[in-house]
Amino acid sequence: MTGAQEDTGPLERYFDETVARDKRIEPRDWMPDGYRKSMIRQIAQHAHSEIIGMQPEGGWVTRAPSLRRKAILLAKVQDEAGHGMYLYSAAETLGADRGDLTRRLISGAQKYSSIFNYPALTFADVGIIGWLVDGAAICNQVPLCRSSYGPYARAMIRICKEESFHQRQGYELLMTMMRGTSQQRELVQEATSRWWWPSLMMFGPPDADSPNTAQSMRWRIKRHTNDDLRQRFVDMTVPQADALGVTLPDPRLRWNADRGHYDFGQPDWAEFKQVIQGNGPCNAERIERRRAAHENGAWVREAALAYAARQDAARQDGAKQAGGKGAAA
Amino acid sequence: MNADQARSDWPLFEVFLRSKRGLNHVHVGSLHAADARMALHHARDLYTRRNEGVSIWVVAAADITASSPDEKDPFFAPSGDKVYRHPTFYDIPDSVPHI
Repeated sequence: MTGAQEDTGPLERYFDETVARDKRIEPRDWMPDGYRKSMIRQIAQHAHSEIIGMQPEGGWVTRAPSLRRKAILLAKVQDEAGHGMYLYSAAETLGADRGDLTRRLISGAQKYSSIFNYPALTFADVGIIGWLVDGAAICNQVPLCRSSYGPYARAMIRICKEESFHQRQGYELLMTMMRGTSQQRELVQEATSRWWWPSLMMFGPPDADSPNTAQSMRWRIKRHTNDDLRQRFVDMTVPQADALGVTLPDPRLRWNADRGHYDFGQPDWAEFKQVIQGNGPCNAERIERRRAAHENGAWVREAALAYAARQDAARQDGAKQAGGKGAAA
Repeated sequence: MNADQARSDWPLFEVFLRSKRGLNHVHVGSLHAADARMALHHARDLYTRRNEGVSIWVVAAADITASSPDEKDPFFAPSGDKVYRHPTFYDIPDSVPHI
């Protein structure tokens, strides 16, 4: 970043060796500009997803069917906020500014996961989000605990520990509904059918259409390809769907003994592109809600700073007076 | 960023947690707060939602002075060539007990 043409060859070699030896890159280490930019983009997008991810379920906190479910949902939504904070904190170690990241989210300059642009229509959706959406997130996130960027890897370890509760509470909720009335079972099936394909989209486009994957794998900021992770998720989820008693809405889904994996169909990638471009069912609503929360909270941020400044001034006055007395005595 | 925005952004604090008695405080991350007291409350809410800590330190990030981890930095060189500071530097016959 210096004006003079600096020979970054040795620094870059040291960086490459560190990554190749599976050691972590830490905030004050030299790193290629491309790596820094990719990391900021990846972490910011992840942080934004956690923050926007509070909304689909957040709407059900006041309508949860029991105090138990309400307490659980509240704790889960609180966790999502916490995960967003851990991640913004990691992004800041790369020189990003938190206020700036929030502004980029609101302006649409930075993206969040397409999944959160789908609505949570019934309380069964709360269970499905925990089971499928958080299940897919765990598949994506567990390998990121070994990301080459230290602060991100450490945040991911913390997040993955907490995420397991999210998935289990969702599955338990669905099991409870499946033991209920036929109408409740229909709600679970209907929510499963709506969320299955968007969940598969969470792993990103097919490898052939993911041009950055190779570089990201070399930098070890991505550990598996999109298609590998998608396969892993399908393999894990099919037996869970069987145990639950729901049908996954994919006529091509069947066990392939030769491969030792399930074969499955592809999501509608045209829909995926549309949602990413801002035309999903809830894109505008999600951003508007985030913008309103940020703007309505401005007075709180300002008042807290004003209070802190006044307390600080009072302390300094007090110290001066005490110092004066001390000198007199 | 304009002046209005700069004024409304809270400063950054680094957070250190003692996970249980007998262990050191360990850095866990950072957060923004208007002052140190608020940083402590936010740190409790953010980093100890599952009893991860029995004690918290918060330090304004701007107050931390750090070494550079750069390999070329000679800062850590003085300890590099002093192998005689390690017990394995000294050969003691196996027949000698308790040493």
